[in-house]
Amino acid sequence: MTVSAAFRKKRKQKPTNEKAFDLAIFLLGTMALLFAAYPLYFVLIASISNPDMTSAGKVILFPRGITFQAYEFIFADQRLWNGYLNTLIYTLGTMMVGLVITLPGAYALSRKDFVGGSLIIKLLTFTMFFQGGLIPTYLMVNQMGLTNTRIIVILLSSCTVFNVIVARTFFQSIPGELYEAANVDGCGNIRFFFSVVLPLSTTIVAVIALYLAVAQWNSYFNAMIYLNDTSKAPLQIELRRILVLGESLLGGSDDLPAEQIEYMRKVTILIKYAVIVVASAPIIALYPFLQRYFVKGVMIGSIKG
Amino acid sequence: MTAGKISFTSRRFTKLWIRISRNKGLYLLVLPLVIYFAVFYYTPLYGLQIAFKDFKPVLGILGSRWVGLKHINKFLNSFSFESLLRNTLTLSIYGLVVNFPLAIILAIIIHYIPNIKYKKVVQTATYAPYFVSTVVLVGMLFIFFAPESGMVNKLIVSMGGKARDFVGSADLFPHVYVWSGVWQRIGWNSIIYIAALTSVSPDLHEAATVDGASKLQRIWHVDLPAIVPTAVIMLIMDCGRIMSLGYEKIYLMQTSSNMLTSEIISTYVYKIGLQNAQYSYASAIGFFNNAINCILLVVVNKIANKLSGSGLW
Repeated sequence: MTVSAAFRKKRKQKPTNEKAFDLAIFLLGTMALLFAAYPLYFVLIASISNPDMTSAGKVILFPRGITFQAYEFIFADQRLWNGYLNTLIYTLGTMMVGLVITLPGAYALSRKDFVGGSLIIKLLTFTMFFQGGLIPTYLMVNQMGLTNTRIIVILLSSCTVFNVIVARTFFQSIPGELYEAANVDGCGNIRFFFSVVLPLSTTIVAVIALYLAVAQWNSYFNAMIYLNDTSKAPLQIELRRILVLGESLLGGSDDLPAEQIEYMRKVTILIKYAVIVVASAPIIALYPFLQRYFVKGVMIGSIKG
Repeated sequence: MTAGKISFTSRRFTKLWIRISRNKGLYLLVLPLVIYFAVFYYTPLYGLQIAFKDFKPVLGILGSRWVGLKHINKFLNSFSFESLLRNTLTLSIYGLVVNFPLAIILAIIIHYIPNIKYKKVVQTATYAPYFVSTVVLVGMLFIFFAPESGMVNKLIVSMGGKARDFVGSADLFPHVYVWSGVWQRIGWNSIIYIAALTSVSPDLHEAATVDGASKLQRIWHVDLPAIVPTAVIMLIMDCGRIMSLGYEKIYLMQTSSNMLTSEIISTYVYKIGLQNAQYSYASAIGFFNNAINCILLVVVNKIANKLSGSGLW
């Protein structure tokens, strides 16, 4: 009797304990949510608020004194749009070149009956741990005469060992008998890859394409090193000019009256917020819909590190 | 007898040849990948020999004179070596120590959010900063932490504190660097642990519940042991990256006033190599960095294998 009473007591006690636990989890989760999302949200509302309100600390939950001034300046800025266009070119180029290099190769490497495959994998994995580094790569690009060309920006970020491993791991789940059966019917490896493997692998195509696209969209370093012409500069280089180096879209001149300078200073800050929105919005807005692909990539990649 | 041997080996070659020729198509499929890695990974590796030469562009890589360890020795004895190494290790170990446990904690929090819809919202929100570019992240830091007009300093002043130049001061730079990294990566880093938690067998939890374990106890005794193998692998990978701290973000965050703590080996390589055109010296520094990295990875993996039986290889 005492045992069952104690048991009953325990069962009665637990719900309050569990409730406290659930509440704590809820609060912690909300903290994480705010920590991650608020800075982004703040940039968004500050970009359409009166800069005086923002600097007075009055823009907290909603935009105040709504103005689209910054966006007007941005839409009129030729260089920024040119950067946007360049980034689109680089991103699409990287996606296409990257898929063409990564997927067929990863498929071949996933086949157990591929003689020499394990050697190639060893050679690829080695580059994860040891690279030539910045300077030898730079000298090579110079030697090849590819400095200041669009193609080098595309090529340098087209393929990573990680992407190959992810794609290969995915392809390994395709049963070997499938090819044997197709082969009996006279289907060769290349046709098999394009007409059987690829249609079965839309997930991995999306995963790799998205990884390549995000990496290229957000990168600035290679463009900074290898490109000299501003006409070829991607968006991130223009952003660096505005956000990090502090160049103004308005063009600086010192012989303006004081209130004019003060006004320009305010608009400059406003423009910074708006530029962040314009540059990040496409990815941040799209990724929740594509989230499962990104997560999938992490999962597949983690099976075989 | 010799004839037999020859025919045996030749038969083996014929067999091998049959296996190869049966899959000729695969070699064509792998060709672009092989060419890519030969050009973009192995050619620079070949070029790395200039770290041991006095590279003169006129003479080319092959024509330049071998000088052995001259450049590496020069770096090891140089005035800046100690501070570069210290800064690199500080930033990266500080980051590792903070990021590694926080990603696991966040994963547990997200995993235990009872409402599935809210769980999805928290997940989506915490992944979002990962998609912000480095340039934008650093731009946001400059805006938020600006010495006078930044809202962080305004908040501090309004609460009676003293405004400080967060990004631009050598004392505060490591904190700003590491915690902005937490903001950007913690959600993304937690994905893998969330997956590991989801794959824990419900039977274990049920059994623990029957034994009267609270959720907190189940986290400690069921969940944590289940994610140890994942955690070990992530830790090995992180340790293997200790010296390859990315220059992309730090280079953007550098100002003349925070250089004392913000100049790391990889940003130094960039400046020495590409801005000052000391190709051999910069390559040697890069090589030194990479070599240490490799040794670290091998050592940590050995230790992990000994301790828990799980490692990278």
